[in-house]
Amino acid sequence: MSPQIGADSGHPDSGIAGLPDPRRGFIKQCLAIMVGGLVGLVPIAVGVATFLNPLRKSVKAKQRPSGSDADGYYKVASLDALSNVPQAFKIVADGKDAWNTYPREAIGAVFLQQIAGGKVRAFNVTCPHAGCAVDYRAKQQEYHCPCHNSSFAADGVRDPESPSARDLDALDVKIVDGDVLVKFQNFATGSEEKKPL
Amino acid sequence: MKNLLNWLDDRTGYKTFLYEALYERVPGGARWRYVWGSTLVFTFTVQLITGLFLWMAYNPSAQTAWESVYYIQYEIQLGWLLRGIHHFTAQAMVVLLVVHLLQVIIDGAYKAPREVNFWLGLILMKIVLALSLTGYLLPWDQKGYWATKVATNIAGITPGVGDEVRTLAVGGIDYGHATLSRFFALHAGLLPALLIGFLALHLYVFRRHGLTVPDPIHKPDTTFWPDQVLKDAVACLAVLAAVLFLVLWHGAGPQGGAELGAPADPTESYSAARPEWYFLFLFQLLKYFPGKTEIIGAMILPGAIVGVLFLMPFLGRWKLGHRFNLAFIFGILGGIGILTGLALHDDSRDSDYQLAVVDARHKAERVKELVQIEGIGPAGAVHLLHGDPKTRGAALFARNCASCHRYDGHDGTGKVPAEIATASDLGTFGTRTWIRGMITGTAGRQHFGPTENAPEVGERFTGGEMAKWVAENVASKKMREGEVDAVVEFLASLSGHRGIGELDKTKIAKGQEFFALGTDAVAGTCYACHAMTLANDPDGLFKDPDVKMVSDAPDLSGYGSAEWLHEFIRNPALTKFYGGHNAMPAFADRLSNQELDLIVAWMLHQWPELK
Repeated sequence: MSPQIGADSGHPDSGIAGLPDPRRGFIKQCLAIMVGGLVGLVPIAVGVATFLNPLRKSVKAKQRPSGSDADGYYKVASLDALSNVPQAFKIVADGKDAWNTYPREAIGAVFLQQIAGGKVRAFNVTCPHAGCAVDYRAKQQEYHCPCHNSSFAADGVRDPESPSARDLDALDVKIVDGDVLVKFQNFATGSEEKKPL
Repeated sequence: MKNLLNWLDDRTGYKTFLYEALYERVPGGARWRYVWGSTLVFTFTVQLITGLFLWMAYNPSAQTAWESVYYIQYEIQLGWLLRGIHHFTAQAMVVLLVVHLLQVIIDGAYKAPREVNFWLGLILMKIVLALSLTGYLLPWDQKGYWATKVATNIAGITPGVGDEVRTLAVGGIDYGHATLSRFFALHAGLLPALLIGFLALHLYVFRRHGLTVPDPIHKPDTTFWPDQVLKDAVACLAVLAAVLFLVLWHGAGPQGGAELGAPADPTESYSAARPEWYFLFLFQLLKYFPGKTEIIGAMILPGAIVGVLFLMPFLGRWKLGHRFNLAFIFGILGGIGILTGLALHDDSRDSDYQLAVVDARHKAERVKELVQIEGIGPAGAVHLLHGDPKTRGAALFARNCASCHRYDGHDGTGKVPAEIATASDLGTFGTRTWIRGMITGTAGRQHFGPTENAPEVGERFTGGEMAKWVAENVASKKMREGEVDAVVEFLASLSGHRGIGELDKTKIAKGQEFFALGTDAVAGTCYACHAMTLANDPDGLFKDPDVKMVSDAPDLSGYGSAEWLHEFIRNPALTKFYGGHNAMPAFADRLSNQELDLIVAWMLHQWPELK
């Protein structure tokens, strides 16, 4: 059995009789570490690059559903379907999931409510706290999240005791020929800032 | 044989290895208190074995994950047992982890020279919890989907890199194929590999320092094999028995074992979302941190607790340190217990949550029926529920109709709306009960009665022509019981409601005759107000070309049938329906054809059922 040079290199008691002091091969040690590191690094770097793919802006853009107008508005309902009590409506568009496209599927939902002056109020149903879907409680006239009990007044303003850091996410609305169009967006949850995803 | 073994030992040194592994000295004799680490190694081994076999049948994508788990649970021989063991052993592992940690702290086994091993143990604990969290999502049912969504969103509040962390965990901006692939790679690849690595280190360092013996003169010294191994094996047997008991708790077969909810549906909000029971305390904790303080409950506090655990070996050096550590761990466990209790208590008193749980169970059962009736198409099982009148029709009714109508007193899904009803209760629509009620109690609570609650409608219906006719002819018994029966049978024959059952042809004929011609005793005829055409009308009862509807009475041709309902719901203000009397909105623009189909089929109970 031949002893392997450098097997115990660096250890103070590692002198092996008859062999050169391993410390003398400093350059060899550096090279061994570099070459060894490089061969390990290549597969790791390639793997990590693919793992980070979802962070690329172009990838994110491709994952967005299609079916909105140029300004990002989706047709949701006809105006006369709305009342002064908020109702949930689904946003129907062509959804994407990695390699799949799902034509005309619900990609999200909004609460729509007709308010004074013929205006329409729209909220994303997603709770800005942690992403559950809020319900509207007609009796209490408030939105309530079934997960951590965040609650919001009918105008979307958060109850100060709520875990949610911000009000319900209001969405822009326009009315065209009696149809209600909503600029549907999802936002990052958990922060005070309303940041589109 | 001996020669062969000697040869093998010469080449491998296995005898020394075995000797060192088995004849570890156990000072003070074998004890039950030493078994916990071994039970954890055992449960992990069970997870590796069952996990590997589950892997052979599992398929991680949004279209196949739930479906393959369904297949494991309901189709594969003993698949429910395999999945049940994996599921409940995971829970046993968390319990055993806590017991092991407690044992180590009570015995002071974290103190020098075992600090590093204590830290390795804490790292192993984090890996096991990460395995639980990632495993919860893999069946891709509603429960796992929504609970894990919350977990990744919480990761999203990490200062500075939150968004990136969330996006990388989810594998994109939204949950889907990539999320499952990533969670599966973590659950079955990276985390078990890390666990094996850290477990090897943990065992290596453990052997280096040996057992922490509280009382070395308790009994004569012994060796690991066979005294302690026997105790360990018995403890593992007890763990396995407990796991099997939990698997079989709800019966031996697919109905037992681990639960499988309805398939994940991003478009169907799920109000029954809760994390696995051992994370309930974290869930509850989040309720107490309003607004911007969330990060304290979600990260700082749990982080600080783990931080103190890591510092225990140093704290233990202080004179009162060990006592502090003991008080700390019991305090934390007590706090976890109280928070878990509060979470369960809150839920038990939350009627909305209770209803959501019932609804979730109902959908889970229904989708399994649908799989058996229709099979799973390439788009996955979630589409079975999307096209199911029984559940989707009810939900659409709740959303679109229940602000005015009721269905057996509720909104179709079991919830009672807050506002009072202003239109009929359609729970019996299309049945004999419904038609009899219309003829005998037009203004009753099930029929036009509630319209009085709408100020703009008032007594338009309760005091209308039909109500008057009923008061005059039915209440006074001018229309005889047999004639009511006959008209009920005739009109019920038109709806196609599944609950109608066998029809009495004689009664139908008699009913048709009464409808068209009336009798001498009653004033007028049904046909004088309500139009009617029959596909098969040999006697020409309804051939009057000049029939004119008076007082906006609905055309009853095909009354209550899917076609009639479709047309009616699309626009009830048509002259052939309520005309100027109408008080109901038109739904032509509000509901798609498919949605209308679902509501109508649901009202008529025309959904597929298992034979």
